[in-house]
Amino acid sequence: MKPVSLIDPKAALRSDRSGWPRHLLSCDGLSIEAVEQLFVAAREMRLVGRRRVKKLPTLRGRTIINVFFENSTRTRVSFELAGKRMGADVINFSASGSSASKGETLGDTARTLDAMNPDLIVVRHGAGGAPWFLAERLSCSVVNAGDGINEHPTQALLDAFTLSEHIGDLNGKRVVIVGDIAHSRVARSNIHLLNTLGAEVICVAPRTMIPAGFTDALPATWHPCLDDLIETADAVMMLRIQRERMKQSLFPQDREYSIRFGMNPERAARLPEHAIIMHPGPINRGVEIDPAVADGRRAVILDQVENGVALRMAIGFLLLGGSGE
Amino acid sequence: MSDNPMQDQWIVGGHVIDPAQGIDRPMDVQLNGAKIVALHEPGNAPKAACIIDASGLIVAPGLIDIHVHFREPGQEYKEDLLTGSQAAAAGGFTTVVCMPNTDPAVDRREVVSLLRRRSDEIGLCDVHVCGAISRGLQGERLADLGEMAAAGAVAFSDDGMPVMDAGLLRRALEYASDLNRPLMLHEEDFGLTGGGCMHEGQVSTRAGLEGMPVSGESAMIARDLEILDDFGGRLHICHVSTEAGLRLLREARNRGLNVSCEVTPHHLFLTDLAVLQSEYHSHTKMNPPLRPQRHVDALRAGLADGSIQAIATDHAPHSDTEKDHDFSCSSFGVTGLETSLGLTLKLVDEGVISRRRAIELLTSGPASVIGWDDRGSLQSGMRADLVLIDPTIEWVVDPSEGRSRSVNTPFVGWKLRGRPVMTLLEGKAVYQLHTTPTNAAPLVGSKPRES
Repeated sequence: MKPVSLIDPKAALRSDRSGWPRHLLSCDGLSIEAVEQLFVAAREMRLVGRRRVKKLPTLRGRTIINVFFENSTRTRVSFELAGKRMGADVINFSASGSSASKGETLGDTARTLDAMNPDLIVVRHGAGGAPWFLAERLSCSVVNAGDGINEHPTQALLDAFTLSEHIGDLNGKRVVIVGDIAHSRVARSNIHLLNTLGAEVICVAPRTMIPAGFTDALPATWHPCLDDLIETADAVMMLRIQRERMKQSLFPQDREYSIRFGMNPERAARLPEHAIIMHPGPINRGVEIDPAVADGRRAVILDQVENGVALRMAIGFLLLGGSGE
Repeated sequence: MSDNPMQDQWIVGGHVIDPAQGIDRPMDVQLNGAKIVALHEPGNAPKAACIIDASGLIVAPGLIDIHVHFREPGQEYKEDLLTGSQAAAAGGFTTVVCMPNTDPAVDRREVVSLLRRRSDEIGLCDVHVCGAISRGLQGERLADLGEMAAAGAVAFSDDGMPVMDAGLLRRALEYASDLNRPLMLHEEDFGLTGGGCMHEGQVSTRAGLEGMPVSGESAMIARDLEILDDFGGRLHICHVSTEAGLRLLREARNRGLNVSCEVTPHHLFLTDLAVLQSEYHSHTKMNPPLRPQRHVDALRAGLADGSIQAIATDHAPHSDTEKDHDFSCSSFGVTGLETSLGLTLKLVDEGVISRRRAIELLTSGPASVIGWDDRGSLQSGMRADLVLIDPTIEWVVDPSEGRSRSVNTPFVGWKLRGRPVMTLLEGKAVYQLHTTPTNAAPLVGSKPRES
């Protein structure tokens, strides 16, 4: 452990936590240059995905392990496809439940993985900070594929990529994020990244879903009413609402949430002509997003999925591509 | 005294600090056997006496830590009474109070007796026991308070857990007051803190971790002070960490309630930013959690103005099995016995408190919380428990050199000034810096278990 006395306390809130270019742990501190480099590469990779033969030799002979401590289908498949299309050997390692429950520590898991000499570890974990823990103990690169309620940087990157493909330069654009901001790693990563790219981020949610010290901690603002903002948004990002949050009294029930914060056709019709609607998936049809909107012309949800693979190929390329032997 | 078969010992040339007697000047200390005989003006020791030269040293009552976890019985791989006692002696502590959250819990007389007997056998530190308030720490029914008190339990606590049932707390308070024992409370409302692993605020939001808000502590303190006011008894609030909690305690004492409180060294030096600074290192995880600077400032002011009666470490050893995890899966707690004095003296260097007050918070302050009148001072007839401190030694915290079986300190690498050079328990040297004790119980290696 670094002696905490030796670090400037004031610097801790504005330090680069991204880990880039060795790792991708966070969008906090990721530079515009790095993001632009990723987007350029992602555009190329997307073309590869649309070809009949979808494989590049770039990462041939390299090993990527997808370590998923939390269940995930789409993110894991996206990473798996990305790795395979880059030519890497991709292994999936599922460890549901915490390693602690099996008597093994995360430190043990890290040492086990490291002994297999991977080139890249993609980690999804239920606990915030777990990717940092692994990055400190592994000799390879680490990509955070979602850690607890903390961050999901590849999702934010593919969101920003999708946004810029649809509405152009994000500088000065207004992005409204609707949902459980307090428990959303997608929101947290997006807030950092969109801020870096010059966009204004306004989060809409009941106060129960806004974390403590929100506007001091993160470069975004909070507004409790979606209708007030709908006419000025360049993009609206709907977050999946988790029903288990009802048990914690973060909201009373689905219907009420849907009425106050759902994206329905009436609201969608009031958006500016160019505005798009995003969702990281999987969607709760009829809760945070109405089926007619999810399938409508403004929704770019499937573009996000396609771009996700391309962007993850770009990440693999930039993290590993330059260091091949 | 000359008819006493035991030879007198004199500690000469030192600077005695005995806050309970208001002494803070060069004096010699005369001991006989396990007791203090008297303090003398310097230069009066008889030539034939057995002399301990304390030139350049502070001579103080042996330090008292009323909140430690020695993990025995049941979790000896983290610490046991031997390694805990060794760490205590090395930290200048001659008396500690162990919390009952062991396995099995200290909720009956047999466990109290076992630990008291072990303490005597080891003989490096007077290890006292705080019994459980509730059977099995389940928070449902009273543990055997009376039998445990008879076996030597000095207080009762469900530490690690709050007493969520206010009715149970009321009964425990009433029952314990008949036994003249305080309750030591870990104040936390699970409804507010559940799932949290650090202080809830700007930093937890930035770090993406679930938080434990200030009111998670202060609301319980408020509740329990009202219960104390209604039913009487004696309360001690463990490890106060919030400005609001301290304000409530100060007000309660001002209106005459019989309540005391302690604060830990880590809550006086670290803030919640340490979690981010250390990149989620588990050694910055404890309960109550590290708080923002304004709480640290408030606690420091509380030391100075007398609102806080004791510094206690909440020494909570954990092995890698509990700590080599990501932040939220790791156990709460850090060690503290070997860094407590150095950190408390750092408060003196930083102008927060006087040196006399620093010693008070580690001796007579905690003694008064428990109600001891045989220790915490150097008055005639008291236990000859003393610590000789070299206030000028500069050292760097390196847990691998420590006596505790665990190494989970957040202060690794800190430069501290001042450390014990000799600890005497009932007149016997149980610790000497850079040497092993000679006339105490045998030490079975300084670190029996490799980490």
